[in-house]
Amino acid sequence: MSTMRSDAVLLSRDAEGLFWMARYLERVENLARLIDVTQSFESPGFETDAWFGLIRINADEKNFAARGFSPDAAHVKRFYLLDRGNPTSVPGNLEDARTNARTLRPLMSTEMWRQINTFHRFVGQITPEDLEGDALSRLCTRLKDGVQAHTGITEGTLYRDQGWYFYELGRLLERADQTTRMLDIKYTAILPQGREEKRVAELTQWNAILRAAAGYHAFKRRSRASFSAEDVVHFLLRDPSSPRSALLCVRRAELHLDDLRRIYGLPAAAEAIEMAQYLRELLLEKPISHILATGLHEYLDMVQIHIQALAGAIGRAFFRDWQPAEPQPAAAQGQAQNQTQGPAEALA
Amino acid sequence: MNEIFRTIWPDYDPGRYFCELTRKRADAGPVPDWLIQRLGSIGLEALRARASAAETELIDLGVTFTVYSDATAIDRILPFDCIPRVLTAAEWSLLERACIQRVAALNAFLGDIYGPGHIVRDGVIPAELVYGNSNYRPEMKDFPVPHGTYVHVCGIDIIRDEFGDFRVLEDNARTPSGVSYVIENRHLMLRAFPDLMAGIRLKPVDDYGRRLRAAMSEIAPGGADDPQVVLLSPGIYNSAYFEHVFLAREMGVPLVVGADLVVEDERVYMRTTSGLRRVHTIYRRLNDDFLDPAVFRPDSMLGVRGLIGAWKAGNVAIANAVGTGVADDKAVYAYMPRIIKYYLGQEALVGNVETHICREPEGLQYTLDNLHKLVTKPVGESGGYGITIGPRASKEELAVARASILADPGNWISQPMIGLSVAPTLADEGVGPRHLDLRPFIVTGRESWVLPGGLTRVAMKRGSLIVNSSQGGGSKDTWVLADDLTEGTGK
Repeated sequence: MSTMRSDAVLLSRDAEGLFWMARYLERVENLARLIDVTQSFESPGFETDAWFGLIRINADEKNFAARGFSPDAAHVKRFYLLDRGNPTSVPGNLEDARTNARTLRPLMSTEMWRQINTFHRFVGQITPEDLEGDALSRLCTRLKDGVQAHTGITEGTLYRDQGWYFYELGRLLERADQTTRMLDIKYTAILPQGREEKRVAELTQWNAILRAAAGYHAFKRRSRASFSAEDVVHFLLRDPSSPRSALLCVRRAELHLDDLRRIYGLPAAAEAIEMAQYLRELLLEKPISHILATGLHEYLDMVQIHIQALAGAIGRAFFRDWQPAEPQPAAAQGQAQNQTQGPAEALA
Repeated sequence: MNEIFRTIWPDYDPGRYFCELTRKRADAGPVPDWLIQRLGSIGLEALRARASAAETELIDLGVTFTVYSDATAIDRILPFDCIPRVLTAAEWSLLERACIQRVAALNAFLGDIYGPGHIVRDGVIPAELVYGNSNYRPEMKDFPVPHGTYVHVCGIDIIRDEFGDFRVLEDNARTPSGVSYVIENRHLMLRAFPDLMAGIRLKPVDDYGRRLRAAMSEIAPGGADDPQVVLLSPGIYNSAYFEHVFLAREMGVPLVVGADLVVEDERVYMRTTSGLRRVHTIYRRLNDDFLDPAVFRPDSMLGVRGLIGAWKAGNVAIANAVGTGVADDKAVYAYMPRIIKYYLGQEALVGNVETHICREPEGLQYTLDNLHKLVTKPVGESGGYGITIGPRASKEELAVARASILADPGNWISQPMIGLSVAPTLADEGVGPRHLDLRPFIVTGRESWVLPGGLTRVAMKRGSLIVNSSQGGGSKDTWVLADDLTEGTGK
């Protein structure tokens, strides 16, 4: 008879830590993708608008102003890539990811821990020069590489008990949310006046968004020769095979929740499963043409609010001391881990 | 001085100190020449390169302790010296027996003073020293612990004097730390110096986690078929957090913080994704004071309300037991040889550093007459506070020490200044002698087991006698040579 334990338990605190570590790292990758794409949105004379669009889609206006920055390209880049005091920056997210990794160290593979440490050190050494000219794109590539190395190491080394499911849930929900934000960048984009110039500019922008969402080539293979905005929105929200489409992420989250309920006997997953189902319906119910006609931005806001609500349901069911964030439009990005300062602080 | 070594490191000079590597031992087989040869033949440049690679590895692996100042947190590694400290099989045999003897005496003493108190009534140790001790916990009175074990994990600091004799400097019977470095250092050596270690039979250090978990299971309350053990840590901001993680992993048990635990109906549970799960044994890395705000410090955010109640109801085991601090303080330390004799009827296998107890008239007189030669220590303090080192003190400092001792003799002990042994260590000047000590770890459930070797702490500064990590100390891998050691064949 086997002497292995069959009923290994997972601390609520660790479930929460895994969920958030995955979210913070996914944010780093998406931020790098967004920054990379924003560069290609710059049109002469409108650089500031393009960069400030990044602040808007992340609902970071208040946060940005509070850090005392002026709304120009250079400051937006610094805000997201250098400003450790900004919790939504790359260094801020990585700090939070590593703090979670520290608490999760007993559950993580040594390889995962080592990579987060070295990646954390790399991000801590970003300089103002890395934000200039062609260096910026290289920096974004390295940031994406860093998260993808993490993702790959996790895939190959993290033990797949229920902890892995919470990790995956965090990553999927964050990714679905981020994809809606990438789409939203069109909302803030400036287009030229002339008809033909506008058509060309739009094409360029949609292509850039597809590239940012790692979907450019797949989209080309799937779409007709002359594609419309509708096709791109459909691809990013509803494509059943694109790893970054909102629908694929939500579907997988739903399956994971169902596994948690069935395999691990966690009936508390029921409420979250219902919310995931609702979110899936929300992503599928209306024709894209209708969404575009009634307002893509408003629709994306609604999707983001429901993603946040799903995260809240997971938190209430499984995490320790979970308090739902105040629901407010387009503020899902502001959602962050409940930083109940660990009891350890008293000793620090 | 070993001839081979002299040709390889001609400038190495341990002076009057006992060198752990090169001195021939009178009572133990020496460190074999071929091993010294192998060590020396690596060459200074290679040593430096590999040492630097090893340090990078430690940083990458996060084998760090954290130093907090203001708003910044700095992760520091414990400096690692790649030249191992070697103990021969005969030396280790003595130390192992001495450690087991000492832990047996500590446990017997604790069982007695929290029970009938024979040792006090028989006048072996003053009542005030025990019952008036700030670390004496009246809550423990007449509360039996499984197997009579109070000190489940003990770290005993041992030094070696100019003659090569081992001496116990201090007992750590509360929550001793450092064992993770023993094991990590060995792994590091195996990765960085496979050529040096090839074929050499050392006593392994990998068994610690299994032994610790077994001991934790042995003390679990009866009835639990497969007891749930947890490690209770103060959390990520604690400087020893890395070690807590390490031990939880080695044992294969959850690392919990106070907020993960809850007490209901005098039973301890942890909060999991599937609700509350029963906990049977808690290996705590938290001081007594913080364990239970209902009993000790009411402001403790780190502990668990009701934990002590659950313990006294017999529903959970706590290791180390509460109240062990009374056995390892400096005043009681001075009585340890007598305590060993009283309970075990044996002489201490490894004695104390000669200690003069100022509470006793002869000790006080000797101390006052020889202040300039002695190290004087207040018994109630730790971390080196209040110590006067006679040979290095000014006239004024000696006068202050004299006045303090006279004002409250019971609060003072004195010891001669010990020239700690040295070992070759990689230094700026090349390979130089550095002072070191040794902290073996003893795990006790039903019976005691000693991890072969222990933590060798080394003062990285030339001439310094202070090995503490907080004051620039580092560590070395500690090799215990196997009994039947023959020259390794590997290259």
